[in-house]
Amino acid sequence: MNTATETNSSEAANKHLVRLEARHRKARLFSLFCATVTWMGATLLFVLLYQVCVQGYQWLDLQFLTSFPSRFPYKAGIKSALVGTLWLISMVAFISIPIGVATALYLEEFAKKGLISRVIELNIANLAGVPSIVYGIIGLAIFVRGMGLERSLLSGALTMSLLILPVIIIASREAIKTVPMSTRHAAFALGATRWQTAWAHVLPASFSGILTGVILALSRAIGETAPLIMIGGLTYVAFLPEGPMDAFTVLPIQIFNWVSRPQQEFHELAAGAIIVLLGVLLLMNATAIYIRYKAEKK
Amino acid sequence: MSKELEQVSILGGQKLYWGEFLIKSLLAGCALISIITTVVIITILAKESFSFFDHVPFTDFILGTSWIPLFEPSSYGVLPLLWGTLTITFGAALIAIPIGLATAIFLSEYASPKMRSIVKPLLELLAGIPTVVYGYFALTFVTPVLKTIFPEIQVFNALSGSIVVGIMVLPMIATLSDNALRAVPDSLRQSAYALGATSYEVSTKIVVPAGLSGVIASFLLAISRAIGETMAVTLAAGATPNMSLTFLESIQTMTAYIVQVSMGDTPAGGIAYQTLFAVAALLFVITLILNIISQWVLKRYQETYDA
Repeated sequence: MNTATETNSSEAANKHLVRLEARHRKARLFSLFCATVTWMGATLLFVLLYQVCVQGYQWLDLQFLTSFPSRFPYKAGIKSALVGTLWLISMVAFISIPIGVATALYLEEFAKKGLISRVIELNIANLAGVPSIVYGIIGLAIFVRGMGLERSLLSGALTMSLLILPVIIIASREAIKTVPMSTRHAAFALGATRWQTAWAHVLPASFSGILTGVILALSRAIGETAPLIMIGGLTYVAFLPEGPMDAFTVLPIQIFNWVSRPQQEFHELAAGAIIVLLGVLLLMNATAIYIRYKAEKK
Repeated sequence: MSKELEQVSILGGQKLYWGEFLIKSLLAGCALISIITTVVIITILAKESFSFFDHVPFTDFILGTSWIPLFEPSSYGVLPLLWGTLTITFGAALIAIPIGLATAIFLSEYASPKMRSIVKPLLELLAGIPTVVYGYFALTFVTPVLKTIFPEIQVFNALSGSIVVGIMVLPMIATLSDNALRAVPDSLRQSAYALGATSYEVSTKIVVPAGLSGVIASFLLAISRAIGETMAVTLAAGATPNMSLTFLESIQTMTAYIVQVSMGDTPAGGIAYQTLFAVAALLFVITLILNIISQWVLKRYQETYDA
């Protein structure tokens, strides 16, 4: 009787040990699985960059940067696209940054926390989720056709500004929220008005955060293609825009144009243009990271 | 003397008050722009869609199975486009959801701080790559690789579109889910470990269920993003509206149709021009509903813990 219980309990202990072993094996396998999958995802970035570089690097030279597009691959370049991108992004910055930061300031510093500010908040969150191509259609209907701005840089810049406004607003609000309340209280206590407080204390304190958000939003605008195709950022432009009312093309549209041709050479040209585009984006992102780093050190 | 001083100070105060009021109104005007944008989007989509539905009955549009808008005899059944969009989205979700969630679990449960500081920026970079670049990648890399596996695959096919859209939304799921999982208080993990649970059990039975609202919201946002994705699917999946079941043929999504039409010079006011708005309105409604549900899930099912 006594020995029987002992065997039973040692059997049970054995079983438990075997199960424990199995559970731990499962956990090890699971952690291995998660790690592998994560690195697979990260590796994709390098596969993509490798593919772009291998296809594109031999086209990258001064001639590529300083020539207009052409139907002959060896003569083609991205001059008009690069200049168009610079024009567009400067105009977008000029339009969207003041409006976006002003909205964020209003919501954080002036608006009473009530129904209206909740509605605006909800509205901005939803606008951020609207597909970019819908902005393109609205741009086509309002700016190109409705206001008669034609297929110009101005139409493109206005459309793009609408698209990135929610991003700028959300990022700026986050930055403004990090300014401690005591800063405001100190200013108010000295008799400063809301605007004086916002302008002289809150804005400078949140400047680096806002700048980071703005740069990231602008880099999104640089990469966007669909809305500009909608409003007719031309695909063949053999001249440089000289003012906001001129027709234009931008890098992503030039890339789209080249990728959608069947010939291998044009795919390689597209890869070359992608290297330039990613280079510009990388430069902007590095600036944002540097600003953040500087601000954190302070 | 002191009365004079008071006078000056009051006058100054009034000036200050009016300046303040002016600035406040100016800022409020900027904030109004976002409301106006929404109103304009809805008005324009509705107006042009309604004049489209004057020509084509709504039921023909939403239930029709043939989409031939640009040639005679024309037919305006949107289901093939919707089907194309759903195919791409389904494929992308199938890829991005498991990988994204596993990445999030790895980042929040297993990775050392140093590992995180490497992987997170890589994911952010992946998220920052323009969509047209993913289109290029699909056409010049993914499809050729797929061709060695499925020799019968077409140059434009739904599969490579799904794969690149999956890669595109992957960082979104990984980052947002990671945030949700990291918000789960450590005391829950420690209690489970103290009871002898393994890391697998803690992850799948404690952490993920506790952060589920954030995880689900990230899935919904990613799906909504995949539905609205344009350039990658236009380049990868082609322009053939059909309701094929295989992933190996060319299809057309709603977004790709909009691009196709706008590349040609469509005269304003024509019925082809109006189809743009009808399709865009459908797209807008679908993504809006998904976004609203995801916000609702986040609010309604958020587990709150005492820190």
